[in-house]
Amino acid sequence: MTDVKLAANEYIKADSNLLRGTIEEGLQNHITGALYDDDTQLSKFHGFYQQDDRDLRGERKAQKLEPLHSFMLRARVPGGVCTSQQWLDIDKIASSLTMNQSIRLTTRQTFQYHGILKRNLKPLIQALDLSSLDSIAACGDVNRNVMCNPNPVESSLHQETYEWSKQLSEQLLPRTNAYAEIWLDGEKVRGHEEEPMYGKTYLPRKFKIAVAVPPHNDVDVYTNCLGFIAISENGKLIGFNVTVGGGMGATHGDKSTYPRLADDLGFIKLADTIAVAREVITTQRDWGNRVDRKLARIKYTVQKHGIEKFRDEVAKRSGVTIEPPRTIKFTTRGDRFGWVKGTDNKWHLTLYIECGRIKDVPGKEVQTCFREIAKVHQGDFRMTSNQNMIVANVAEADKAAIEGIARKYGVLGERLTPLREHSIACVSLPTCALGMAEAERYFPEFTDKVDSLLTKHGISDQPIVMRMTGCPNGCARPYAAEIGLVGKGPGRYNLYLGAAFDGTRLSKMVRENINEAEIMDELDGRFERFALNRQTQENFGDFLVRTQEVKAVLSSARDFHD
Amino acid sequence: MLLQQLSSLSSPLSDQQVTSLQQATANMSAVELSWVSGYLAGLAQSSDQSAIVAAPVPSATLTVLYGSQTGNAKGVAKQVAEAATAQGINVSLVSMADYKTKALKDETHLLVIVSTHGEGEAPDDAEQLHQFLASKRAPKLAGLEFAVLGLGDTSYEFYCQTAIDFELRLSALGAKSILDRRDCDVDYDSDVLAWQGQIIELLNETLSQPVAATAVSAGVATTTSQYSKQNPLSATLLASNKITGRGANKDVRHIEISLEDSGLSYQPGDALGVWFDNDPILVNELIELVGLQAEQLVNVNDQEISLAQALIQHYELTQLHPGFVSTYGEATAQSNLVELGTDKAVMREYIANRQVIDVIRQNRGSLSSEQLLAALRKLTPRLYSIASSVSEVDEEVHLTVAVVEYDAFDKAHQGAASSYLSHRLAEGDTLRVFVEHNDNFRLPSADKSVIMIGPGTGIAPFRSFLQQRDNDDASGQNWLFFGNQHFTDDFLYQTELQDFQKRGVLNRIDLAFSRDQAHKVYVQDRIKEQGKDLYQWLEDGASLYICGDGNQMAKDVHQALVEAIELHGNKTNEQAQQYLTQLKTDKRYQKDVY
Repeated sequence: MTDVKLAANEYIKADSNLLRGTIEEGLQNHITGALYDDDTQLSKFHGFYQQDDRDLRGERKAQKLEPLHSFMLRARVPGGVCTSQQWLDIDKIASSLTMNQSIRLTTRQTFQYHGILKRNLKPLIQALDLSSLDSIAACGDVNRNVMCNPNPVESSLHQETYEWSKQLSEQLLPRTNAYAEIWLDGEKVRGHEEEPMYGKTYLPRKFKIAVAVPPHNDVDVYTNCLGFIAISENGKLIGFNVTVGGGMGATHGDKSTYPRLADDLGFIKLADTIAVAREVITTQRDWGNRVDRKLARIKYTVQKHGIEKFRDEVAKRSGVTIEPPRTIKFTTRGDRFGWVKGTDNKWHLTLYIECGRIKDVPGKEVQTCFREIAKVHQGDFRMTSNQNMIVANVAEADKAAIEGIARKYGVLGERLTPLREHSIACVSLPTCALGMAEAERYFPEFTDKVDSLLTKHGISDQPIVMRMTGCPNGCARPYAAEIGLVGKGPGRYNLYLGAAFDGTRLSKMVRENINEAEIMDELDGRFERFALNRQTQENFGDFLVRTQEVKAVLSSARDFHD
Repeated sequence: MLLQQLSSLSSPLSDQQVTSLQQATANMSAVELSWVSGYLAGLAQSSDQSAIVAAPVPSATLTVLYGSQTGNAKGVAKQVAEAATAQGINVSLVSMADYKTKALKDETHLLVIVSTHGEGEAPDDAEQLHQFLASKRAPKLAGLEFAVLGLGDTSYEFYCQTAIDFELRLSALGAKSILDRRDCDVDYDSDVLAWQGQIIELLNETLSQPVAATAVSAGVATTTSQYSKQNPLSATLLASNKITGRGANKDVRHIEISLEDSGLSYQPGDALGVWFDNDPILVNELIELVGLQAEQLVNVNDQEISLAQALIQHYELTQLHPGFVSTYGEATAQSNLVELGTDKAVMREYIANRQVIDVIRQNRGSLSSEQLLAALRKLTPRLYSIASSVSEVDEEVHLTVAVVEYDAFDKAHQGAASSYLSHRLAEGDTLRVFVEHNDNFRLPSADKSVIMIGPGTGIAPFRSFLQQRDNDDASGQNWLFFGNQHFTDDFLYQTELQDFQKRGVLNRIDLAFSRDQAHKVYVQDRIKEQGKDLYQWLEDGASLYICGDGNQMAKDVHQALVEAIELHGNKTNEQAQQYLTQLKTDKRYQKDVY
């Protein structure tokens, strides 16, 4: 081991004094809006990435100005739930401490701010703290925000699973005091400090957990490193089916990398939840690849060792008996838009947010809308994994007022096509350093064009999961979409087709590096055949596989690239 | 030059010598003349130079003392000294900064040439002498004859105040003024020539020597360049790039000009004089408003040119001065304008936010082209602190120019020179430039440290300093204070400064971005915060430089320095002031403010 050269980040973590690095010195270096290079890796563990406005790079170079550095900070909001007061605080922070002034809901049920200048990082994190929010481990090689089905129709069951997701998030946090010291002026730790579960080099790579409540798979549980699928008896939660080894990221042109859906680890009892989660993590900590970061996620670890061996190890480490998985059935990954009544007679309003961007534009004042709702709303807000927002737990008497506000600001009332309801896109240009092609800025227009094609073939009421990302890392989970678009270069995408509507099968690439016209051309013929030959209730991805237009991806390590 | 035209005015010879020479050579052929020229050249080489310098019976010396901030007064003093020397007068040309006050009582003939800055302030190098003459230590000067020439700007309240002070103080000490003080406005050339002619004629009677010599003191730096304000270089604009970001309120340009093959050179601290053309659109509007024709011919400098050309190239159209308001008012019979001149304060306020065109737009009237030109001032070149070092950029010169653009009275207004450089000139176009040396803004020796305070475009000379120190591998430390509105958009030369810092050339940098937080923060606040270290640097021999806005910033920075020195040097206010005055005397506290 000592002779092997590890990935560069491993040394940065090891030398960081439990994630402190030289972040504090970097904040004091006023000649630049950037942090020191190594610290930009550590900052992720504190919840933020250094980015720059890529649209301005060339221009600013000529102006003898450095790139317009700013930071993207992602909060930790387990299950995506926050109170009205918290939302008002979140909104105020966006207006006062970020350049973009908007809020971006993410595909992992949290929100992020873009365009935070270095000097505003500390005030911003302190303001979040005042609102009982934080960004600890929202990014970085640790367990990140824990997702949980947010639509609380089966109220008590949901409440229980939500409590578990919160517990998972808390229990799996890093224990270093670095965050408090650097951002909250916490007292400095003297002497030795331990990181009991993670150890001083943390995990080999990021780690994602989701908790699903069947039949809803809105959290896309199989795309997560570790998944918990709620199993109930008579409306009471009794345990989870655990899944391990999912993940989206891949690298263009590198066939050793691939997206992967998780395997079933098995059923566990409720009481064993934390123990199993911990030992899945420690197994990945010890078995994961620390030499090549591209192959460091748990999906490669599970693929390498096999699920049986991995299960045995977790069972051995935790002392938990892992039973065969219970039978479950997922039906959809979309959100249920509009009003839904829960079993406790509270109402929940799911509002569509284009690309998750909370900002005011003429005719659609999304940011003002939620600010006004938060001022009167007695319940809470829930961010969904499809980047939408639920105004939850509204009493019958308050329903009309909330709906009135949503309509007034243009957030409710527009007819959405089923395609749009099932679509998500990542941020990409201009802020994300990884983006190779547009996503959020282009996706609405792209969706309109695909919708026109569906209309042309008379199938515009067919729900299709469509997702676009600017790069192959796959924040919007494009490989699990029936129509997946992954940025390859400006205006060019790889087209993936054939995934299952419920998220249990990945798509396969059908064309590489094509432009909009070529994408439309590819879809046009397939939509036509789908309209003519589909079976009752058949989804688009299933149709393509059945008619052998696209070969099914059954085990992605073997057949995703072939 | 033909011998027939030779006169004592244009040669070092006396009238008698000129006559003898003319007689001796009157009938010589070309071959004979050629032989004689060789003979004389040989004579000149074999003769003892020092004998010429030590001219027989050197009677009293004329001391020409100058106090100059931007170099104009120095240039005038040099010109006057050379003219006097040509008349056989024994001249000593000295900067007030270098002048030993105890020599004053031995002077017999003194010319004072001094400029005035800001609100009636003396230039830095004149400050000490200015104070000394008003102090109890000043000697009686009954035997002294003197004359004063002032340079100033009539658009300021205390026009030529320092010259007035010198005249009053010298008179109070018993010295005799032999010629009325002359105050010269920004277009001073013709006034200076007239005064120079008068004073030399007066002095000639008492001080002229039969044999002239190269008696001008070493104080006159001989410039090797043939280019000057009157004879500028036609240089090529290489680049004019905006160096503020999209969100900036100000458009600041980094300008690069080629000096290739011109031989024109400069030192860090020097300024570049830029002759500019006025905006033709503005000129056309002006001509139309006063009912004249663009093509009609006018006489400028004894040449017939079109009125439009005259206004584009020869007259000041943006900076307004009181004289224009009154003269224009008289010529167009607008008593309201004429009356403005009766109250200086009212007039000052009136001209403060107006350009020439505003007066005309708001007070329409017709006048003749002669009346118009008589009311206007001659165009003077703008001086920009040079932002580059020859050691770094070779045969180029760089400037940092804030483009002056604002709306007033519902119309867009522009600064004349900055809009010329940034908008009307294209890359590859030529412009007329000259170097204005500034010995009052010079780097110390390489082993000494420097503290540079340059907010806004005040950064310009410090870019030059850093380039020079870098190329010199100077061992002294460099500390920069910079400020502007916003970090993201107004950090001038940010990437270059980062590079200087990375390579150890820029050892410290303190930044003040005024609008990045609720309360405004300026460089003077940083100076106070860093006062302890700053005082220590000064104690260790560092030199201090300020460049930028002279109205407010330089005063606030000075005050902050006084406070820092009081606090950390454990001094009284008076002692701290004295500490800074001593630094000035030692040329360790220099300013380039505008």
